[in-house]
Amino acid sequence: MVQRLRGSVFTTPTASLINLVGIAVVAVVAVNAVQRILQGGTSYFFQTLGFGLAEGGIFALVALGYTMVYGIIELINFAHGDVFTLGAFFSLAVMPLFGLNDKSGGVGVILPLLGLFLVTMAFCAVVNVLIERIAYRPLRHAPRLAPLITAIGMSAFLEGVMFVWRGPFNLPYPDFLPEQQIQFGGGVTIAAKAVIVIVIALVLMVGLTLFIGRSKLGKAMRATAQDRDAAQLMGIDINRTIAATFFIGAALAGAGGIIYGLYYNSVAAFDGFQYGLVAFTAAVFGGIGNIPGAALGGFLIGIIIAISDGYFTVSWTQIWVFAILIFVLVFRPTGLLGMRVPEK
Amino acid sequence: MSAAGAFFRTRMRSPNAIAYTIMILAALFYPVIVQFATNGSGDYLVGLAADGGIYMLMAIGLNVVVGFAGLLDLGYAAFFAIGSYTYAIVASNHMGVTPLGHSLHVPFWIALFIGLFVAATAGVMLGAPTLRLRGDYLAIVTLGFGEIVPRVFRNAGVWTGGVPGISALDVPTLPGWFVGPWVNMDFAWVPNFRFTSANLTAYYVLMVILITGVVFLVNNLYNSRLGRAWMAVREDETAAAASGVNTVTVKLLAFSIGAATSGFAGAFYGAKLSYVSSENFGFIVSVTVLAMVVLGGMGNIPGAMLGAFVLYFILFWLLPNAPTQMENLASAIGLGSLNTATPNGWPGIAEEVSRSKYLIFGLILVGIMLLRPQGLLPSQVRKQELKHTADAVPAGK
Repeated sequence: MVQRLRGSVFTTPTASLINLVGIAVVAVVAVNAVQRILQGGTSYFFQTLGFGLAEGGIFALVALGYTMVYGIIELINFAHGDVFTLGAFFSLAVMPLFGLNDKSGGVGVILPLLGLFLVTMAFCAVVNVLIERIAYRPLRHAPRLAPLITAIGMSAFLEGVMFVWRGPFNLPYPDFLPEQQIQFGGGVTIAAKAVIVIVIALVLMVGLTLFIGRSKLGKAMRATAQDRDAAQLMGIDINRTIAATFFIGAALAGAGGIIYGLYYNSVAAFDGFQYGLVAFTAAVFGGIGNIPGAALGGFLIGIIIAISDGYFTVSWTQIWVFAILIFVLVFRPTGLLGMRVPEK
Repeated sequence: MSAAGAFFRTRMRSPNAIAYTIMILAALFYPVIVQFATNGSGDYLVGLAADGGIYMLMAIGLNVVVGFAGLLDLGYAAFFAIGSYTYAIVASNHMGVTPLGHSLHVPFWIALFIGLFVAATAGVMLGAPTLRLRGDYLAIVTLGFGEIVPRVFRNAGVWTGGVPGISALDVPTLPGWFVGPWVNMDFAWVPNFRFTSANLTAYYVLMVILITGVVFLVNNLYNSRLGRAWMAVREDETAAAASGVNTVTVKLLAFSIGAATSGFAGAFYGAKLSYVSSENFGFIVSVTVLAMVVLGGMGNIPGAMLGAFVLYFILFWLLPNAPTQMENLASAIGLGSLNTATPNGWPGIAEEVSRSKYLIFGLILVGIMLLRPQGLLPSQVRKQELKHTADAVPAGK
């Protein structure tokens, strides 16, 4: 291990200088963070951790869509963040059909909420499949940057649709989740809201992992991601598999949109783009193309954001997030869980 | 007869020559035509073209990175920001209010090049550790850099003016300049001329000169040994390295030349606007410039310029003017009632169109890309090369 590390890190004088500087910076930041956390006390730390995990769960759900699409067609799907916001907007619009409004609450909301999740996830999935069909599939053999530009175009289009539909301002999102704090042993309290969000995100992620690992379609997806031509020769319908990837990714993003609304109680047409960039960072952090990696990256980014917000200055949080992204890529280009993939 | 035919045929084979000719003519006659068409009040439109030139410069620079060397840069606006802020720091009273306590007033012509060098240095510093990365990882690193830089400028407190930014920057000065009817004055030679918003034609002329210079330099680079090395790295990095191309140096040069052009444009932008703020350098700027390059035709200088022109025209003239135009249209065809807001949620056609601008922009981007995936004016050399490969490789590969 040490041998391998030495072999990869200290190859040339420039590289070793860069690496030494990098390690020093990471050490300083880490020591500073640990110091502040120790000063802050246990209960504050666990409260922060709860927020971080909840936010991380939402990031993870969005990151999964980025990582699946990138894994299969090597496209950074910039429209994904806006599909996520569309989920929040759509669920807000169809909520009355399920008898939900801003006065709902208690255990009675579970069943209607389940219906709301299913309908919204299906809607987002269909929208994303349509986007793939219209804007990405015709360009599959075009120069590589062409679909990237249509992705940006689709992102602007979706933002435009939501803007025309509901205006540019923050929309209030009803609050169904309980406000209580859950007491754990040893003076540790975590908001019930955060726990619910984490549980929903985990359930969806476990479902996805099982689906990709066990089902035939999941197998087809993995095969297509690995080698599209070979998969086609084995009789896999490539177009259907790619469409299915967009379908599942968007369904998770739609669910993420509802959770975002329920957790923050506010959503705006332009929220998704920046949120999507951070989620994409999470996907890269975990190793792009790697599904457990995206989930791990999402939770880690959530925790980093919560710690930065809670112990450092809020206005520097995004800087930390993207600085970490650059650090990870410089020192471990394949992300935390990514494998070294040969250049195609 | 045959000579004329040959001339015609070679011209037809080289769309670039036609594009350059049209652009030179358009650049020369644009201010005259605009002033005639608007009876001498077209200064605003000339200034708009000078602003568009900033995007054109950036598109030319990004074309070196993305089009020539094949490195995807999603944080190009960062270098633009660095150029602008450098200009703001070395050419305003701002340094007087910082702990430094002494304001700097470097003349525009030198500050322009300071902006260029600082941006190029930033490019080298970002590129040196990250250009070892392959393909899209570089894109992601540049994306991160592009997100970090404006935020650092916003958070750096007194040094960069924080959220409000830095204002009242120095304007360019010259020993003398012509004024004439285009600024509603008689023909005269003004000594110690200061570029102000009252004479935007001066900025326009300066911009045309800068673009001409940059195009000339970049075109020479493209035809040099370095340009061929860029193409080799773009098409197959491993093969290029095996053929003796120092890929890291070559990529680093492309990256820093791109950054330098952006910094150059940024310094001009700061001087023209006389104000810098971190709000003006977001991801959307990087994306817009990238869209300009891809839309125009990657790897082709006139293509990138055309893309910059088309997209700038859509974003800064067509869409901002669309609401008024639609209002006039509605009145003209007898649907004037659409122009007023109604209680049931209709905000009036102007407001509706104004809200739809993102939607329209997105549709235009998708539409152009679907119709011409290779760009409006693609690189002829690249086309030839790819055609050659397609012929040489037997079917089935």
